[in-house]
Amino acid sequence: MTRSALPGLAIATGVLIAGLLLAFTVGRYPVSLGDLASVLLAKLGGGRADVAPAVESVILQVRGPRVLAAVLVGSALAVAGTAFQGLFRNPLVSPDILGASSGAALGAVIGIFFSLGIVAIQGFAFIGGLVAVGAVYAIGSAVRARDPILVLVLTGVVVGALLGAGVGLVKYLADPYNQLPAMTFWLLGSLSATGTADLLPLFGPVALGTVVLIALRWRMNAMSLPEEEARALGVATGPLRIVIVAAATLTTSASVATAGIIGWVGLVVPHLARSLVGPDFARLLPTAAILGGGYLLLIDTLARTMAEVEIPLGILTAVVGTPFFIWLLASMQRNWS
Amino acid sequence: MILSGHGLTIGYADHTVGRDLDVALSTGEVLALLGPNGGGKTTLLKTMLGLLTPKAGDVRLDGKPLGELSIRERARVVAYVPQVHVGTFAFSVETVVLMGRTAHGGLFSQPSARDRAVSHAALERFGIAHLAQRPYTMISGGERQLVLLARALAQEPQFVVLDEPTASLDFGNQGKVLAEIGALAKSGHGVLFTTHDPNHALRAADRAYLLRDGTRIAEGPVGSVLNRAQLETLYRAPVERLVDTATGAVAFLPG
Repeated sequence: MTRSALPGLAIATGVLIAGLLLAFTVGRYPVSLGDLASVLLAKLGGGRADVAPAVESVILQVRGPRVLAAVLVGSALAVAGTAFQGLFRNPLVSPDILGASSGAALGAVIGIFFSLGIVAIQGFAFIGGLVAVGAVYAIGSAVRARDPILVLVLTGVVVGALLGAGVGLVKYLADPYNQLPAMTFWLLGSLSATGTADLLPLFGPVALGTVVLIALRWRMNAMSLPEEEARALGVATGPLRIVIVAAATLTTSASVATAGIIGWVGLVVPHLARSLVGPDFARLLPTAAILGGGYLLLIDTLARTMAEVEIPLGILTAVVGTPFFIWLLASMQRNWS
Repeated sequence: MILSGHGLTIGYADHTVGRDLDVALSTGEVLALLGPNGGGKTTLLKTMLGLLTPKAGDVRLDGKPLGELSIRERARVVAYVPQVHVGTFAFSVETVVLMGRTAHGGLFSQPSARDRAVSHAALERFGIAHLAQRPYTMISGGERQLVLLARALAQEPQFVVLDEPTASLDFGNQGKVLAEIGALAKSGHGVLFTTHDPNHALRAADRAYLLRDGTRIAEGPVGSVLNRAQLETLYRAPVERLVDTATGAVAFLPG
């Protein structure tokens, strides 16, 4: 490993740290860096910080859970996107394009419709995401075409549209005074309602999926080769693909169940990370995890500070992601074989 | 060691490509697979690699069915050099060759110092160590073929199976790859490759296997099997035979 991954990793870490500092200090109730430091140090030391109680409460109760959730959701989506892009040998796929997000959304909406608890909603989201990705993959490989990648992306769009119709149906049936506003707001993607109680159900699946994917990081290089080549190198592609899809869908669905559909992060961040450290998954996955956390944190800070009312997160990520996708599509034409 | 196919019926779920094929390849020899397009060359190649399961018969390694080996054990004995392709991701040449070490490490392991040493030695052997940090997508077709050969060698296999290794190369690189195929056999590997050019078989192979419509037409030492009559039967096209008066070397021209 002569070309060092350190500079790229350092930049990603820098983005995360900048995101953390901004997210804690900027907002309707400004907090100074000094106050932030003393509150966090006091918390670590188990003592009391010498600041106004309101400041401490803003840092620990209001912004703290939201900051952690943004980091977790951003990492989860970035890691899942990186894994999907490698697995499907296509830098244009992402959890939202492959239907994982819309499948998870349908599962979660059904969970909300039946007024289930957060763990059950997580479970429904996971099953929905898994079924959607499985369906997209099965249909995509059953259709024999000259350009299988295009078929895969189109299948994802079609299955996503069907799942969107399913979400629409559940919304139509939902109680318009209680459930519907909650569903609508949640589907747009937001972290504003995230509290301490949401963190553990988010952290568990995201950590599990990410640990599995990072543990498999060297194998994922070979998995990004054509199937027969990977098998000839000694990779049991069938079982490994199931494990990777399940892990990536787990992190995606956990973030969807917590924060709604936040599109494009899983597409944009893997590319940024790849431009920092190259395509080797051994470096790419950790870098994408760190960068994804910082990226979503910055966007979430923007979402709650740029206007009088909070802007749904999914809208901002789409505003950034859509032009990025178009640029990517245009530049890919040159070297798509 | 001997890699052999016995009474193979080969093909895919919905159609059969070839029947009753017997193939044997020993370490230290080169076998060339020749025949027209659609005749079953690639299907036979993939069956011998264990990538396709034969519909009848079996592939054996020193008499032991290949199917009884795990996918990892198999990769440590037989390496595959696919047709040159441009990958999706711009991995460095070093990373591509290191992937050849996959079967030597555990599921969660990273490349070890020994893996790096073996990969580097493979790059050195083909004279492309200076490319190690270049993106695989940015080097020439001839260089890519050598990188894939280095990756196969990094697997430390007994057998190397190549799918049309000279197909997309310029004249100079064809010669280079053919020479490397010969060198692989000299270093004790058994080599099986497909080609569209009988001259390449003459140049690099000890034996030739002629396959048409999924049936073996002839098999034997290249000097005796590759003659005008056989080639005209194999390709159903006229062939001209040339002899270099100085060296006695033989070549064939189509048409």
